[in-house]
Order: sequence, then C-alpha cells, then structure tokens
Amino acid sequence: MTITEKIIAAHCERDSVRPGEIVQAKVDIALANDITAPLAIEAFSSLGAGEVFDRNKVVLVMDHFTPAKDIKSAQQCKFCRDFARKHGIVNFFDVGEVGIEHVLLPEKGIVLPGDIVIGADSHTCTYGALGAFSTGVGSTDLAAVMATGEIWLRVPETIKFIYKGKLRKWVSGKDLILFTIGRIGVDGATYKAMEFTGEVIAGLPMSGRFTMCNMAIEAGGKNGIVEPDDITEEYVKERAKREYSVYHSDDDAEYSDVMEFDVSDLEPQVAFPSLPSNSRPVSEAGDVPIDQVVIGSCTNGSLDDLRVAAAVLSRKKKAKYVRLIVIPGTQEIYRKAMSEGLFEQMIDAGAVISPPTCGPCLGGHMGILAEGERAVATTNRNFVGRMGHLESEVYLAGPAVAAASAVAGRIASPEEI
Amino acid sequence: MKYRGKAIVVGDNVNTDEIIPAKYLVTTDPAELGEHCLEGMDPGMPARINEGDILIGGKNFGCGSSREHAPVAIKGKGIPCVIAAGFARIFYRNSINVGLPIFECPDAAKDAEAGDEIEVDPSKGKIENITKGKSYTVQPLPPFIQEIIEAGGLMNYIRRNRWLRATR
Repeated sequence: MTITEKIIAAHCERDSVRPGEIVQAKVDIALANDITAPLAIEAFSSLGAGEVFDRNKVVLVMDHFTPAKDIKSAQQCKFCRDFARKHGIVNFFDVGEVGIEHVLLPEKGIVLPGDIVIGADSHTCTYGALGAFSTGVGSTDLAAVMATGEIWLRVPETIKFIYKGKLRKWVSGKDLILFTIGRIGVDGATYKAMEFTGEVIAGLPMSGRFTMCNMAIEAGGKNGIVEPDDITEEYVKERAKREYSVYHSDDDAEYSDVMEFDVSDLEPQVAFPSLPSNSRPVSEAGDVPIDQVVIGSCTNGSLDDLRVAAAVLSRKKKAKYVRLIVIPGTQEIYRKAMSEGLFEQMIDAGAVISPPTCGPCLGGHMGILAEGERAVATTNRNFVGRMGHLESEVYLAGPAVAAASAVAGRIASPEEI
Repeated sequence: MKYRGKAIVVGDNVNTDEIIPAKYLVTTDPAELGEHCLEGMDPGMPARINEGDILIGGKNFGCGSSREHAPVAIKGKGIPCVIAAGFARIFYRNSINVGLPIFECPDAAKDAEAGDEIEVDPSKGKIENITKGKSYTVQPLPPFIQEIIEAGGLMNYIRRNRWLRATR
C-alpha cells in the first residue's frame, strides 16, 4: 500500500484499503476558518448535535478577513468566537495569536504525522508534508465531522512524482510545484493523491515540502504527501504533544502513474495569468511591468521564505511605484523575522509588513489590485480577479523571484538584480 | 422530478472565485450570494441568468477554493442543476451536501450551446437537448452518494442513520 492508503486504513480499523473504495474514517483534526466556519456552525446547529465530537480536535482559525476588514466580516468572526466560547474549543485562534491556518497548525504541533486532517479550506492538503493524510472539504462535510468525528472518503489512486538531480540556487519547492502543475495541468491529479519523492525531496526543507503539498489542490489533487524522514522528525519532535504514527509506502505499492523529472536545470518558475498551470522559466517571462509584490500566504509565509526574500532585498530598494507587501505566516514567524533583522532589511528596501492574514491572496484586504494592475505574488492562485479587479493580473512565483521583481519593477530573476 | 430550462454555457476550469468572488463571502445568505452568481467571470452574468436556467460547464467545473458558498450561490440564483464534462472534487462533495443536483456528462456538455432547451430526468439518468434533438446517458452515482441525495443532503443522512455519537 501507499502511505495514503495506509493512513486511511488505520483510521477505519482495516488492514488494507484499495483505491476507489468508499470508507468511513475517523478524523484527528477538523479545521475551519472565519469564512467556512459560519456555514459549518449553521449546519452543525441544524443537527441538534449538542457537543462537538472532541473540543480538543476542532480547530477554528480567524485568518482570512482579519483583523476584521469590515462589519460583516467582524460579525462572522464574532459568530465563530461565540461558538468557540460556548463549546470550549481549545484551539481557537484569533487576532494576536492567529497565523495563516496552514502555517500555524504544523508550527503549534496540532497536526502530526499519520493524522487524518479534514479542513474546510482547499489548502488543507498542506499537512501532507508531515506524512499526514489531509484534504479540503466544504462546510457541510466539516459540520458532519464536527458532530461525528468521522468522514466518508473515497480512497484515492496515487500518482508518484520522483524528482532527481540537484536544485540550482534560488530554486525552491514553489518552483518544483509550479513546474509540476505546468506539466500535468490544473486537473492533472483530480481526485488523486500526489506523492512527492526522490533525492530532491529528501533534501528539501519542511518549508519547501509544505509549499509543494499546499498546491496539490491546484492540480485537482485530493492530497499531497511526503513520506516522513529525519527532516520531518526534526521538525515534529519539539512540537508534538501527543503520540503519532509514521507510515511509509511499500516497495510494491501500486500507483496509477509514476512521473520522473530531472530538475537539475530547472529555473525559478513564474505562472502567468490565469491558471497555476501557466508556468514558465523566469528567463522566458519577457518584459512584464508590475505594480505590486506580495510575499506571504499559506504557500510561502514561512521563516525560510522571508529569509530568502530578505537576502534578495538586502541593501536594495524596491522600484518606485511598486508596493511591496510582506505577510509573515504566524506570530512566531513574525517575532523571529523581527529578531533576525529580516524586517529591517525589508523595510529599508521599501516593504510594508502586514500582520499574519490571508488578506490579498483571495482579494480579501491588505493589498487589493485596481483595474489593469499586475502583481507578482508568492500565493497559490492567479485566477481572473483573484486579488481584486477583474481586469487585474496575478503572476505566481517563489519568494526569490517576487523580491527580485519588486526591485526591478518587472518580473525578474534574482540573478538579474 | 425533471428539470427543464435554457442552457447557460461556460467553459473549462470554471473556479469558485468566478462562481462567487471572495468579497461576497461575508454572508451565508443564499439569496444574497445568488445575486452575485458567476459575477467573477463577467459582471453582467447575474443579470443574464433567469430562474430555471440550467448551467453547463466544461471539464474541472468548480475547481479552486472549498467555499460551499459556490453551490449555494448557484442554488440561490434559481439554477436547478449543473451539467459538466467533469467536476472538481470539493465542489462535487459540496453540491451533494447542499442538495444541488450535478450531472457529469462530457457529450451533453460539449454539444450544448447558450439558449438550448435542456431537460434532465435524474431517475432515468437521461439528459435531453431538445433544441438539438439529442439525448445522453449520465453515469450513475455510487450507491452511497445516491443515499445521501435521497436523504436530502448530508445532514439529513446523518440524522436518518443515527450517525451521531450522542445518539449511538
């Protein structure tokens, strides 16, 4: 069996499962945010279920439109807050302790290897980087989990992605995943598990693995996953406050497809509007003037990402008329970036530092685009109008290209500046 | 129960930002969400959709964000069902859960043009394009999912099957 199949089997008290089967699985962590929780809470309340299945396992994160951007979003947060208070939700995160959910949960040790995590947010697939099975659902599915602690799942087929070679300077997990989605398309892994392996993944830090699994959904994937190793163990050991299980794919595991890439020559990638699959090497971007750069999000809001951006920005200035917005993923990352002096380098370069929030990634707040404007963003979606006006554009890249572009005032490689 | 209406045709990879832009996710009210249905694709779209129209998409319909507000907005607009060449998985689950009937049928999706008269008979698994005089067979849903639909959505299914810890 694959690691995905093993985790699912363990959560429905079975020795084995096969792709295509529908099973009823126990859930370790159920997650919702300030946009999806209100609908989930309404559905949950309609059941008359009384208590949530486990107040330690339901996690509510107020990260999308916070600090509340307007009265309606404030009402939604209040609705969640009142629910959390009433039900004694242990892991309720609000302004001051909140981080972007998919950066926050691993950091706090809430999600661990071998878990099944169900979240009312499409980027819940991020936690596969820890060797967990995690996937996004809608609010009603989440309400069912909140009430019962279980979910129905179709066991997915797995596609195995093997990355060989040695990454060049400035090439990161973001570039690997943009390249991969470019190869297979935005529906290339629909309903399937994406298992990332090979020597390149073995050498990738947790931050890069989180980035890759985060964007599995952009290829239609049900989950992204990386088998735990020493790097995972190192990350988890100081955070875990409970037991966890480590699973690996068997040598004779069955895959629906195996794709192998030699990425030694891979350049930093840029995904052009309006699909994440429109990726190309930065050297082939041409002359694309930009108005804004966003560095952050659940995809690239880690301390490693901020370090890369600061290194590129160090002793440089952003181009005139470009807004450079930096959004650390969590309060802990914020604090560390501050004490390491990263913010000083960034502010000297002309950046503004936002509190942790999803903010502009989904066109919420903190950097909305006007008609005709273009942004380079380390976020995950470049759909039409995603960051603002329908006639605005988003170009996806890793933190190195985003920072370099802020300096150049156009899409640029860090080698150029 | 049959559905009959005029086709509203959209392309491949329609994402949930197009179905309901994030700026409207500050409410859970179906009627209010319905007013902005497909506005992220074209601001004139909501005005062009009439109650009873049938939405027809290409492949990977409903990709992107997990927002259940997307099928809720479609329902809120008075669209009775969606036919597509294929659905993204979260949208697929959400539609079943909120009681929006969806039908996967690549041929029907490929042939349909805006304004075609479409009739869907879910019990027979049949789609008819009356304008073009063509009929199509829909892949039946897995039995477990049919049970959820027959129950009237996931919440009713849970109630019916006494799937709650409190009632075990």
